[in-house]
Amino acid sequence: MANASADKGGFLNNLGRIYAIYTGGFFGFIFLVGILEQLGVGQKYLGYMFMGLTILVYAFIGIVSRTSDVGEYYVAGRTVPAFYNGMATGADWMSAASFIGMAGSLYLLGYDGLAFVLGWTGGYVLVAVLIAPFLRKFGAYTVPDFLAARYGGNMARLCGVIVLLACSFTYVVAQIFGTGLIAQRFIGLDFTVAVYVGLAGILVCSMLGGMKAVTWTQVAQYIVLIVAYLIPVVWMSAKKFGVPVPQLSYGQALQSISQLEQEFVQKGLATQASLSTTHTAPFSRYSPANYFWLIFCLMVGTASLPHVLMRYFTTPSVREARQSVAWSLLFIFLLYFTAPAYAAFSKLEVYSTLIGKNIADLPQWVYSWGKLGLVNICGKAAASAEAVKASCAALAGHTGVLRLQDFGINPDVVVISTPEIAGLPYVITGLVAAGGLAAALSTADGLLLALANALSHDIYYKMINPNAPTKQRLVISRVLLVIVAIAAAWTAAQRPADILAMVAWAFSLAAGGLFPALVLGVWWKRTTKQGAIAGILAGFGVTLLYLLVTRYFPGFGVKYLGMTALLNPITWAPVVDLKVAMAAANAMDGWVTLAHPMASKVGWFNINNISAAAFGLPVGFAVMIVVSLMTPAPSAELQRFIDEVRKPRGKTLMEEKSGLVASH
Amino acid sequence: MTPNAEQHWARTKSLMILMLGLWVFFGFIVHMFVGALNKIVIAGFPLGFYMAAQGSLIVFVAMLFWFAKAQDKIDRETGVAEDD
Repeated sequence: MANASADKGGFLNNLGRIYAIYTGGFFGFIFLVGILEQLGVGQKYLGYMFMGLTILVYAFIGIVSRTSDVGEYYVAGRTVPAFYNGMATGADWMSAASFIGMAGSLYLLGYDGLAFVLGWTGGYVLVAVLIAPFLRKFGAYTVPDFLAARYGGNMARLCGVIVLLACSFTYVVAQIFGTGLIAQRFIGLDFTVAVYVGLAGILVCSMLGGMKAVTWTQVAQYIVLIVAYLIPVVWMSAKKFGVPVPQLSYGQALQSISQLEQEFVQKGLATQASLSTTHTAPFSRYSPANYFWLIFCLMVGTASLPHVLMRYFTTPSVREARQSVAWSLLFIFLLYFTAPAYAAFSKLEVYSTLIGKNIADLPQWVYSWGKLGLVNICGKAAASAEAVKASCAALAGHTGVLRLQDFGINPDVVVISTPEIAGLPYVITGLVAAGGLAAALSTADGLLLALANALSHDIYYKMINPNAPTKQRLVISRVLLVIVAIAAAWTAAQRPADILAMVAWAFSLAAGGLFPALVLGVWWKRTTKQGAIAGILAGFGVTLLYLLVTRYFPGFGVKYLGMTALLNPITWAPVVDLKVAMAAANAMDGWVTLAHPMASKVGWFNINNISAAAFGLPVGFAVMIVVSLMTPAPSAELQRFIDEVRKPRGKTLMEEKSGLVASH
Repeated sequence: MTPNAEQHWARTKSLMILMLGLWVFFGFIVHMFVGALNKIVIAGFPLGFYMAAQGSLIVFVAMLFWFAKAQDKIDRETGVAEDD
């Protein structure tokens, strides 16, 4: 596959220069918009400029990288250097939830929110050590490719595809949903229109150039998102503490927060209950067991998500695949170790500028986010000064001074609103919006490609029409990509209520369904075809069952599956009285909404459904091992195949095995 | 298997076990002592909080760069490394 055309070689040899110029240009652009703001250009137009220009750049890269070569379409011709693949993986990995939601969750959850920070980074250790280099050596185009080769055929492939579809589809819907939200808030589009505009932005990056285009767009998107994330925090840190290193200076912010927390209680501005979570105290939202299972499920899920693993198929060698995992984690780390600082600065700003103030003197930003229902004061959306006055007056004994328990903020606006709260110019807010958009678009690109490739490569080419000519395969890939994208956008436009929670589910589903088969496939030669298929189905099945029953059929779970009420992590009292709830008329309803008294409040052993792989993963491993031992050992040929996968030297195996030579 | 390949896999396995040991320690065990560690405050950071917010992350990043080097050394010494 080393038949790079002169033009591509030129691009690959000049990557450093090209992306350095791009980064410089981006800084210049931010500066220019800053000047325009000073000259009095309206905020709306600044927002248009940020959104419009960044999307144009991504589209340009997507179009320039168009390809009609199967190897380039599926694995970027295996020419992506470790460093750049690391950046692309960073963008692929960090979704709207990481960029927009992470700091917000930390703001609300304090220490317990760090389960996400740990879980979404530590998983890369598993990726590097247990899985990615071996899949690269095998030479897969998709994760199910490996399952099919290792576990003898299309049954294993189909199981892999099912798990892949289940965990990637909800995930991509959430990204498109996020794109729509950002476009709606910053350029004032109608949500449904915004979703389809976002869709166009995603398609233009991935449709023409497949993995090759997605890779180079993701590198560009990583640069935008990391610059957008770091600038506001660095600025706040410099402004507040005189040190432009927020990761160091937020220790002081943490100290100020806990001082303020104590003062609030003394002055009667906060009840003990509203402060049950002091910012750095552990286990107030999750019990210790739930905290550690959540970390575990997120880590193992990271190591099993196909859209992440497939990024490591694009490096030139196994060696670079390993280095690339390290670079990926470094680039992801840059954002994740800044997120707690973001949360602390934001909390400090709210505590010191809002709490204890007269409700008549609230700053303007409270109302601008309150109008969208994202900031609550005294239990109601803070739409205007009058509305706030009315809702606080309705509370018995309210003195007109804002107390901690009166203030509520949606975690999704913490990152976007903090620059405004801290009094930074609007250009920074626009920049943050562009960063959030880059995060959502880049993850959506990767996921869509994973989904469409599973359908076009695994289902169509490998299972339905193995003789399809190259040209036809690529046409089918593109058609499927568009169909999946439209289906995802249509789903997002329906505004499914649970979509963000479902993203967290994807990790457990991937962990329960794929992790045992991938790991044992390399590390335990005795794993048989029957064992693997039974293990995938059992692990995935148990995880899915736990998720669906606890969330949608809680009454059924209590009555027939022995589930009990989850416990409050501080008081250890049940969060729902099952005697009452089971006696109610709606106890046995199915597909219940979150408002149902038992929805997501029951389970086995007090484990939250977000950690469903706590059951699925052990079951998956156990079934896979037991069934493997009961069935005849894999053939000598297959054992040799595993030996080859374990050794970096030598050609990729998939091409040799199937005679599939991707490019010429 | 040639002797080289056997040695390669044995050393690869030891490295894997070491890496997973470190992973368990910094991913889980150290955070089980968050209560005790939070009593130590450095530059404003309670240590238990710091380990979850930054400390373990730094270790993970360093571990992976070291791992890429160490595994490559094993590959080269046992003759199964790719050509440069």
